[in-house]
Amino acid sequence: MTVDDQVLDSLLALAAERFRRDRATLKGPDDLFDALDIDSVDAMALLTALEERFGVEIPDYEVQDVRTFDALAAVVRRRL
Amino acid sequence: MSETSTAILERECLTARLDGGLLDVELHREPANEIGTKMLEDLEALVRVFSENDRVRAMVLRSRARRGFSAGADLRELHRQNVARKQSGASDGARLSEVRAFLDRIHRVMNAIDHTPFTTIAAVHGVVFGGGFELALACDLIVADKSARFCFPELRLGLIPGFGGIPRLRRDVGAAVTRDLILTGRSLGASRAHEIGLVSQLVGEGQSHAVARRVAEQSLRFDAKTTRSALGFLTPDLSAELEREKDLFCELFLSPVVDDALARFDEDEGAMPYLPAGSKTKEVEA
Repeated sequence: MTVDDQVLDSLLALAAERFRRDRATLKGPDDLFDALDIDSVDAMALLTALEERFGVEIPDYEVQDVRTFDALAAVVRRRL
Repeated sequence: MSETSTAILERECLTARLDGGLLDVELHREPANEIGTKMLEDLEALVRVFSENDRVRAMVLRSRARRGFSAGADLRELHRQNVARKQSGASDGARLSEVRAFLDRIHRVMNAIDHTPFTTIAAVHGVVFGGGFELALACDLIVADKSARFCFPELRLGLIPGFGGIPRLRRDVGAAVTRDLILTGRSLGASRAHEIGLVSQLVGEGQSHAVARRVAEQSLRFDAKTTRSALGFLTPDLSAELEREKDLFCELFLSPVVDDALARFDEDEGAMPYLPAGSKTKEVEA
């Protein structure tokens, strides 16, 4: 598994655990709001959990237009 | 909560219980303790309670709302009142006078909390945004659980924080961090807020109230007069800066940029449309 894959995999696992979803049903291209059935406040909680998990800081403006897990993983990668 | 605690204030937006010398205040206006006319009235009632009751020796402020401590000023109320005044033919000066009157009242509340002769602690989780952040900053200490995020989104609305946020944030963490948060409008996670000294204690999710109460109980062990002296020495006079902040807020408020931003905010059905993908915000179960 490449580093890129590991970031996405960790992100999906974290999202599944936090929002009680089946990890196997979550894919990178999915719309994360639809897949997790979350709102913007939940998304802030996910952002906080990502910062904790990866030890990075992610300004909200970096994720303003992010809709998919792939795009969110790309934001995290830029901060590693 | 101890069985000996007594509710000494029960209002629509908050409840305060006195437990020994500890005033335990719970904010409970859904969805996220927005500070509008009602919350302001209730906070004023709270100030009267602790100002007139010698038994209060420490205070904890927390939120029952799932979304967090407070999302800040009630921007929809602000926008709708502003539109109604315009439609009734009120002049710019008259509209501004009303905004100024609200600011004067909320500043009196924040100043009263900032200058209590006893230790005050904000126990926060989730969103601590705008006026909610300012309320937390008016307290002496912030205990945050890991879900907390701090943010001043006002520049997105063509405004600056107006409830004393800039002077108090600068006092507590310095000018560089203040510029960062104000000029980018970005939110700060609890861990980072702890690292920079904004948060005094970082705790697990759901633990901020219990830990804040322990902090308050510790403060109750000390001589009240000594605590008062220490707080007087530790709390600088920000009155000139706070007045300037109100003036600047009022100058900006009449800008069409603000009208447009508030209208967009009001039209959005989400609780906090300035968040990422805000239009997706869903209603929260009561």
